[in-house]
Amino acid sequence: MELSGDDIVTQFLKDEGVEYVFGYPGGAVLHIYDALFRQDAVKHILVRHEQGATHAADGYARSTGKPGVVLVTSGPGATNAVTGIATAYLDSIPLVVLTGQVTSAFIGSDAFQEVDSVGITRPCVKHNFLVKDVKDLAITLKKAFYVATTGRPGPVVVDIPKDITDPNIKIPYEYPESIELRSYHPVVEVKSSQVEKAVDALLSAKRPMIYSGGGAVLSNSSNELRTFVRQLGYPITQTLMGLGAYPEPDPLNVGMLGMHGTYEANLAMHECDVLLAVGARFDDRVTGEIKQFCPNATVIHIDIDPSSVSKNVHVDIPIIGDVKQVLIELSNAITASKRKPDTKALKTWWKQINEWSSKDCLRYDRNSALIKPQFVLEKLYEVTGGDAFITSDVGQHQMFTAQFYKFDEPRRWINSGGLGTMGFGLPAAIGTQLGNPDATVACVTGEASIQMCIQELATAFQYSTPIKVINLNNRYMGMVRQWQEFFYESRYSHSYVEALPDFVKLAEAYGHVGMLIEKPEDVEGALKEAFAMKDRLVFMDFITDQKENVYPMIAAGKGHHEMHERELA
Amino acid sequence: MQHIISLLMENESGALSRVAGLFSARGYNIESLTVAATEDASLSRMTIVTSGSNEIIEQINKQLNKLIDVVKLVDITANGEHIERELMLIKVQADNSEKREEVKRQADIFHGRILDVTDTTYIIELTGEGSKLDAFIAAIDASDILETVRSGATGITRGETCLRL
Repeated sequence: MELSGDDIVTQFLKDEGVEYVFGYPGGAVLHIYDALFRQDAVKHILVRHEQGATHAADGYARSTGKPGVVLVTSGPGATNAVTGIATAYLDSIPLVVLTGQVTSAFIGSDAFQEVDSVGITRPCVKHNFLVKDVKDLAITLKKAFYVATTGRPGPVVVDIPKDITDPNIKIPYEYPESIELRSYHPVVEVKSSQVEKAVDALLSAKRPMIYSGGGAVLSNSSNELRTFVRQLGYPITQTLMGLGAYPEPDPLNVGMLGMHGTYEANLAMHECDVLLAVGARFDDRVTGEIKQFCPNATVIHIDIDPSSVSKNVHVDIPIIGDVKQVLIELSNAITASKRKPDTKALKTWWKQINEWSSKDCLRYDRNSALIKPQFVLEKLYEVTGGDAFITSDVGQHQMFTAQFYKFDEPRRWINSGGLGTMGFGLPAAIGTQLGNPDATVACVTGEASIQMCIQELATAFQYSTPIKVINLNNRYMGMVRQWQEFFYESRYSHSYVEALPDFVKLAEAYGHVGMLIEKPEDVEGALKEAFAMKDRLVFMDFITDQKENVYPMIAAGKGHHEMHERELA
Repeated sequence: MQHIISLLMENESGALSRVAGLFSARGYNIESLTVAATEDASLSRMTIVTSGSNEIIEQINKQLNKLIDVVKLVDITANGEHIERELMLIKVQADNSEKREEVKRQADIFHGRILDVTDTTYIIELTGEGSKLDAFIAAIDASDILETVRSGATGITRGETCLRL
């Protein structure tokens, strides 16, 4: 088949099985847009800002496990996409981002809408390419998908100069079914000697702890993780990125750990003697002060990326490999072993953990006359029956969601954990809904975050994505306000959001349903009413307690045993 | 401690900036970096001289390996015996017979070669380990040094161990 570069792009995407492209047209990609117009296999989703395109593709990828695909133009199209690319990079999400570039002959001349996209994105991509010859186009696209989706996933940028997609230059096209790169070998064999060492340490443990992260979600290891944890009966805590891989509620699950983790999870981390990290990267929000992190523990670390091992915390027994494969081998080795977990020690350990749990560290004032954000999330969980995809923005509402919505399946909790990108939630919800058309999708946000990508309400209307936006409106950038209260003697410097729009009218202006909820007794009814509107986006503006804080909290630079707790009258 | 890391990478445009960018983004030291194509034109060989604690050197090795363009890598400092060489061209003031004799004598001692002679200057070529080049510079009166240019170190392991595909 002879095709020109513009048709090669669309034909390749079709052959690769791509369902959606999230994008925004512009000069350098007009040939590709014309090719999109001539076909109907690949559906294009027109966003209202390129940041929204990357977040929507990201939400699609996180919720479906398939790579998200983005198409933007050169210059500002590419720079607007950078925040979304970095967001995906920090959370290891597979994206393929096609950026238009000025015509090859103009590169380097400061041409109109020219920017060095390969240079700008280099530090926040897994890899990137500049296509220099139309003959390399199909194979480069194949490499991009291969690199993005294998090993530790991540975003890949393919920069395509306009002349490469010239409709007048036709070349033979064949879909490259498979590819090999001599410099990239993502599949690694699990070392059985490391598995043996790990099993030995795990079965010798008196106070074991399992700490599971985003890698367990990305590798689709939820079932293997459940089998493994239950086989041992050891306590498990999950990171913000890992929630749902192991279900909640569950007797072995002690909740999230880290800066806003539970008392029992953090103290169990501090006191454990053997720690097994499963696809987690010892992020500073998880470890707190490194010097005080798990001071008495032998650390076992499963990760597909060798550079994650001993990066922040010294690892005693690394196991490099796909989390799923490693968990299967660990489970088999434990079954085959003559040794069993030390049930007596385990009983004592659980007694201690249950004592910590009895503190009820997530308690809050349930008699408040104001709407408590925690209360909204508890009701959201009840009304959705836990059966929903929940996206979030960044801040207090994100932490409250992680604490109060009980995720019992992986890929249901969609948030920007690594980069902490405000504006992520709404476009991510659009991508999530498109990837899961029959599912219930809610976006938990705040009045500050939502305004960073509010324009995507138009995209949601155009593609009829019936998202439920839960706006926890406390008229503050809540997390900033909380830090200012704790660490800056309540000097609320520029964290008060003045001149807020009327969100109900705003939602209506975009063609959606808007609801204002001001009293705790109206919360449940409003949620039920909103979720009953199956075919409409409903924007629910909850006026919440301005002064509510997220507890427990470990201040930056403190250890897991130094938590701030809520004082209740 | 100082380490010499040798690597083979795809001879693609931008490959050098990926390595340089990695070092600056992660705050690693880079003392010198040399790169040129190999006998296989599709591959470049790069030599990086860096320093840091064992943990940092381990991370540098891992992060370099993680770059998609890097085909193979060896920390030649950590892999037994190796040879290290650096080239220096140094232009010195030689405007009277006393200086001319002294510079010639020093160049001979260090097995340097004089490549260019004018009425007032000499250019000397010197190869060796970095410390030898440092010693030569120290042996010359500082006020007589007009210009130095050093290639940065290259290195190769002794014996049959090779960095090749």
